[in-house]
Amino acid sequence: MGLELYLDLLSQGCRMVYIFAKKNNIPFEFKHVELFKDSILGKKMPGGNTQEQSHDGQPYREEFGKVNILKKVPALKDGTFTLAESTAILLYLSQKYHTPDHWYPSDLQKRAQVDEYLSWHHTNIRANAPKTLWIKVLIPLFTGQTLPSEKLQNVLKELATSLKQFEEKFLQDKPFIVGSEISLADLVAIVELMQPIGVGCDIFEDRPKLLEWRSRVEEAVGKELFQEAHKMILNIKELRNIQVDPHLKEHLAPVLMKMLK
Amino acid sequence: MVIELYLDLLSQPCRALFIFAKKNNIPFEFKHVDLLKGQHSSEEFGKVNVLKKVPALKDGDFTLAESIAILLYLSRKFNTPDHWYPSDLQKRARVDEYLSWQHTAIREKGCQVFLTKVLVPFIIGQPFLPEKFEEAIKELNSVLKQFEEKFLQDKLFIAGSEISLADLVAIVELMQPVATGYNLFEKRPKLAEWRSRVEEAVGKMLFQQAHEMIMNVENLSTTPLSPELREQLKQQLLKH
Repeated sequence: MGLELYLDLLSQGCRMVYIFAKKNNIPFEFKHVELFKDSILGKKMPGGNTQEQSHDGQPYREEFGKVNILKKVPALKDGTFTLAESTAILLYLSQKYHTPDHWYPSDLQKRAQVDEYLSWHHTNIRANAPKTLWIKVLIPLFTGQTLPSEKLQNVLKELATSLKQFEEKFLQDKPFIVGSEISLADLVAIVELMQPIGVGCDIFEDRPKLLEWRSRVEEAVGKELFQEAHKMILNIKELRNIQVDPHLKEHLAPVLMKMLK
Repeated sequence: MVIELYLDLLSQPCRALFIFAKKNNIPFEFKHVDLLKGQHSSEEFGKVNVLKKVPALKDGDFTLAESIAILLYLSRKFNTPDHWYPSDLQKRARVDEYLSWQHTAIREKGCQVFLTKVLVPFIIGQPFLPEKFEEAIKELNSVLKQFEEKFLQDKLFIAGSEISLADLVAIVELMQPVATGYNLFEKRPKLAEWRSRVEEAVGKMLFQQAHEMIMNVENLSTTPLSPELREQLKQQLLKH
C-alpha cells in the first residue's frame, strides 16, 4: 500500500501538500475529500456511519474518519501511519523523500528562518486570509445571510497588517523568504494568499514587491502545476452553485457564525 | 559570544525556552524584557525582534523570533538528546503535528482564559467578566478533549515513551489557565498523570522555578501602571 493523501484543493493546506508532492515527483494516491459533503469542523459526520461505495467522494467518509479523528484536511496515510497538519506533512515528505535541500535547508540559520515563518504564519497570514472566503462565499452559502461590508473591511485591515510584517520582516529585499531559493516557507505563504484572490480581493494589486515574489514562486513551482492546484479556488463562481446537504447546512451554520464573531 | 535569550517568564513560550535551555545546560544570557512595563515595545528591543514579541534569540548577528523556531535551532546547534526532537521520522512527525496544531488550539484557548480572567482586567482596571471567562473555559475544555483523544491517547508522552518538545510546549501553555485559578488537571486524571511525568522529566525544581512568576500573577496586579503604559498596553490588547 502506497502513500495516500486526503485532499480537497479548496483548502490551502491541501494545495501546499499537493504542489509539494507533485513538484517533487512523490508518488501518492489522491484521495478526494469533498469538504462540503463531509464534515469539516471536527463534528460527527452527518448521516452517521454509511458504507456506500460510490465514486463521487462518498466512499472515503468512513476511512477518512479513521485516518484523522480531527476530520480536517489535509491528512496523510502511509501504511498504518496517519498524520494531520499540513506543516507536519510537508516536513515528513521532505525528509522521507529527500527532496532538494532548498525546501528545508540543512544550513542551521536558514532552516531556522523557515521554522520562524512557518510558526508565525499560523496566527497571522493564516488567521486572516481565509476569512475573506468565509465572508464572501461560504457563510452566505451555508447560512443564506450576507454579512455587513464592515466585516470584510476589518479582515482586510488585519490582513494588511500581516502583509506589511510579511514584507518588512520575512521577505525584505530577498527573492524568497530564506534567500535566493524557494523553500517551504514561500509555498505555505503563497497558497494562503491565493484564498482572497479566489474571492476577488486582490491583495497583490497595490503591492508590487509582493507581486514580484508571487511570480518568482509560481515560476519556481512551475506555472502549470500552480494553476492546476488553484483551479478550484479561482473558479469560485462554480462554488456558489454547489448543492449543500441540508444537514450539513444545519450543522455548520451556528459554528460559522461563531467563527466570525 | 554567548547566546542571548530575550524573555519574560510570564509568557508561556518564554518558559518553554527557559526550561529547555536550562535542562540542556545551554549557556545563555537571560535578557529580561518586562512585558508589564511595556519593554517589548521599546526601540531597542525592536532591533532584536522587529515583531516586538518575546521570546527572541540573538546569536552573534543572527536574530530569531518564534519560540518553536528557537527551540528547534537550539536543539540542533547544541545537539540535545534525541528524544526532544526524534530523528525517527514518524515520531518527529508526531511532534511537528502537535507543534502545528497547538497554535490555534491549546495556545489560543489557554491565552484567552488568561486574558479574560487576569490580563484584560488588570490593564483596563475593571473586574473580569464572568460570561467571557466561562466562554473561554468552554473553548479550552473542547481543545483539551482533542488533546487527550488525539495527541496523548494512552501514551506516556505525545511522541511515545519519552518527553519531547511537544510536551514541553503543551505544559507551559496549560499552566497559564492554571495560574488564573482554573485547575484543569483536577477532573482529568490522565492529563494530571501526564503533567507529573513531564514535571519529573524536566526536573521539578526547574519546572517550579520557571513557573514562579506566573503562579504568583495575582501579586503582580498590585504593581501600579502609569497612565501612558496603561494606554499603550490597552492599544495592544485591542488587537485581540
